[in-house]
Amino acid sequence: MKYIDEFRDKEIVFKLIEKISSVTQKEIVLMEVCGGHTWAIQKFGIPSLLPKNIKLLSGPGCPVCVTSKKFIDQAVAYSRLNDVIITTYGDLIRVPGSTSSLNVEKGKGADIRIVYSILDALQIANENPAKKIVFLGIGFETTAPGSAAGIINAARKSLNNFFLFSSHKIMPPAMAALIDEGVTINGYIAPGHVSAITGSHIYDDMPAKYGVGCVISGFEPTDILQSIYMLVKQVVENKFCVEIQYKRVVKPEGNIKAQEIMKEVFALRDDWWRGLGTIKNSGLCVNEKFSNFDAEKMIQVQVEETKEETGCICGEILKGLKTPHQCKLFATVCTTSNPIGACMVSQEGACNAYFRFNNNGK
Amino acid sequence: MHILDLIIMENNILLGHGSGGTLSHNLIKDLFVRYFDNHILKLQTDSALLNMNGANIAFTTDSFIVDPIFFPGGDIGKLAVCGTVNDLAVSGAIPKYLSASFIIEEGFSFKELETIVSSMADEAKKAGVLIVTGDTKVVNKGQCDKLFINTSGIGVIEEKHKSISTGEKIKSGDKIIINGTIADHGMAIMAARNFENFKTNIKSDCACLNHMIKEILDTNCIIKFIRDATRGGIATILCELTEKNNIGIEIDESKVAANENVRGMCELLGFDPFYVANEGKIILVAPDEDVDKIISVMKQNEFGKDSAVIGEVVNNRSGKAVLKTGIGGKRIIDMLADEQLPRIC
Repeated sequence: MKYIDEFRDKEIVFKLIEKISSVTQKEIVLMEVCGGHTWAIQKFGIPSLLPKNIKLLSGPGCPVCVTSKKFIDQAVAYSRLNDVIITTYGDLIRVPGSTSSLNVEKGKGADIRIVYSILDALQIANENPAKKIVFLGIGFETTAPGSAAGIINAARKSLNNFFLFSSHKIMPPAMAALIDEGVTINGYIAPGHVSAITGSHIYDDMPAKYGVGCVISGFEPTDILQSIYMLVKQVVENKFCVEIQYKRVVKPEGNIKAQEIMKEVFALRDDWWRGLGTIKNSGLCVNEKFSNFDAEKMIQVQVEETKEETGCICGEILKGLKTPHQCKLFATVCTTSNPIGACMVSQEGACNAYFRFNNNGK
Repeated sequence: MHILDLIIMENNILLGHGSGGTLSHNLIKDLFVRYFDNHILKLQTDSALLNMNGANIAFTTDSFIVDPIFFPGGDIGKLAVCGTVNDLAVSGAIPKYLSASFIIEEGFSFKELETIVSSMADEAKKAGVLIVTGDTKVVNKGQCDKLFINTSGIGVIEEKHKSISTGEKIKSGDKIIINGTIADHGMAIMAARNFENFKTNIKSDCACLNHMIKEILDTNCIIKFIRDATRGGIATILCELTEKNNIGIEIDESKVAANENVRGMCELLGFDPFYVANEGKIILVAPDEDVDKIISVMKQNEFGKDSAVIGEVVNNRSGKAVLKTGIGGKRIIDMLADEQLPRIC
């Protein structure tokens, strides 16, 4: 397949591995921030190919994993209202809330529909004028412009039954917070699709301020390995900077149009990240101008008190302080069919990827 | 036990219980096998193997609820015949007689029903089976989705083929064979169901494989295991096989073929083709020395043109299927818990 097979070429992969191995024997710790990277790294078996001195940690870039339990509880509460149809991307429906999940509510008869794009949700709103359509907006700069475009579209069509329940977050504050929290890494394999929107400048202060490298990476095996090579070189030469590996998609200035519509619709707010707690100005809420489309403002609902799991170390895993194997629940109580922490739910979650592809613990 | 487990058990069935993954397996094990408790069911083979008055009989049943009922490469009727014929054939049996039961939604088009029934007749004729009994129920509008079909089937099986469905004779060094590309059916349905504006030329691989399987058995080569890789894809079959028989399997990803259009759609949605349903593909295990002969016979059949060895049974890593990835890495193939859902980004 064109544009895929070239980036999965075994010979190039082996050349890159050879290059990485030849640069240094020193231990280097890199964090892949994005869940898409975690998934690809495990799916292609990249850890089995890397030299032992290169350690990869999984970061907080899986949208489902960092979404708070409170958000799920509130989505569950919306789904129990008779006049509400919940529309959502697939992964989210399995995430456990305090006492239920969207999947369980669906089994009980709630109208919850998996959509592939917010435009499908708008279509549902159009076809069901007597219902309130709530779209669960999760994800980072990658999915946020889609949600913003959805709201602008809804406003243009005067759809008064469409609402966004936003848990959208932005990446740089979390990446800074991780290092502030004491996570010691040499560099970030930075999320390619976030920078396709934002450009590379969002990381400009990181190398100087935190002494880490940042390479914006694509998602195919050769992309990831080339990014690792670039980071290893930065470490060895002690010259930390922001580089773009994923040049076929990411431009330094990003996608200006997408940035503009995000600005038009969203405002920054402090937001809660699973494992990291509240991070200042890291979340996106619907701004005043579009408040008629904000589910939080327009649909009142009683939400149960949030109960946190005990024993689950998703928080430390998301911070890269521990790996899934160090969790007592991993592969014993917490499995892909019975996920306890969110990291086990999403295909992009570190625990799920480790469980499925690496070692399911038996 | 986790709280969600309690909720699920106490209250409601989820779609995942019908997905063929671990949720389905648990439902079958913890409910059906527990209550219907008998030594034949416990084997959980594709067909039940029975001995009646000295005759070896294979018996199976399957229900078809596919949406949409017409899809590129087939329809619900063709699928209902192929599914049951294949379940018998992969057990090493010669399919003979089928039943067909119809649950029809009030208001369903007579013309469409006729098209489906005629496609069942065509497929049964091709497979050489007779549909000899059946039942019809009509339910109120909204109580089923257009049309559900159940087919049951019986076939005769020779004593020497009885171990094919369990794979109990598999040992290290045996080769794993597949008869062509994977994931065609699942992605054809997915495209027809969810993407009205998404034009593809993906066709379901839905086909009766009993003639090809008979040609394989007629070679007198040793066949240790055959299973059709339907719901849950080839990954699920490989996991079941390794777990049940406590063997290790190593699959070479670069040997497993998928059509370009199918791969493209899987990439777009973040689906792993290893877990996507097939309706005309079998996984077959045979000793190394018989492989060439088996493959050459398979290749002569229209449904086996692209047959290939995709891996082998290994004596390390007991109970696990391991994938040698296209780039040379290694990882475990695990059973899917639930339905595959498109990834967020």
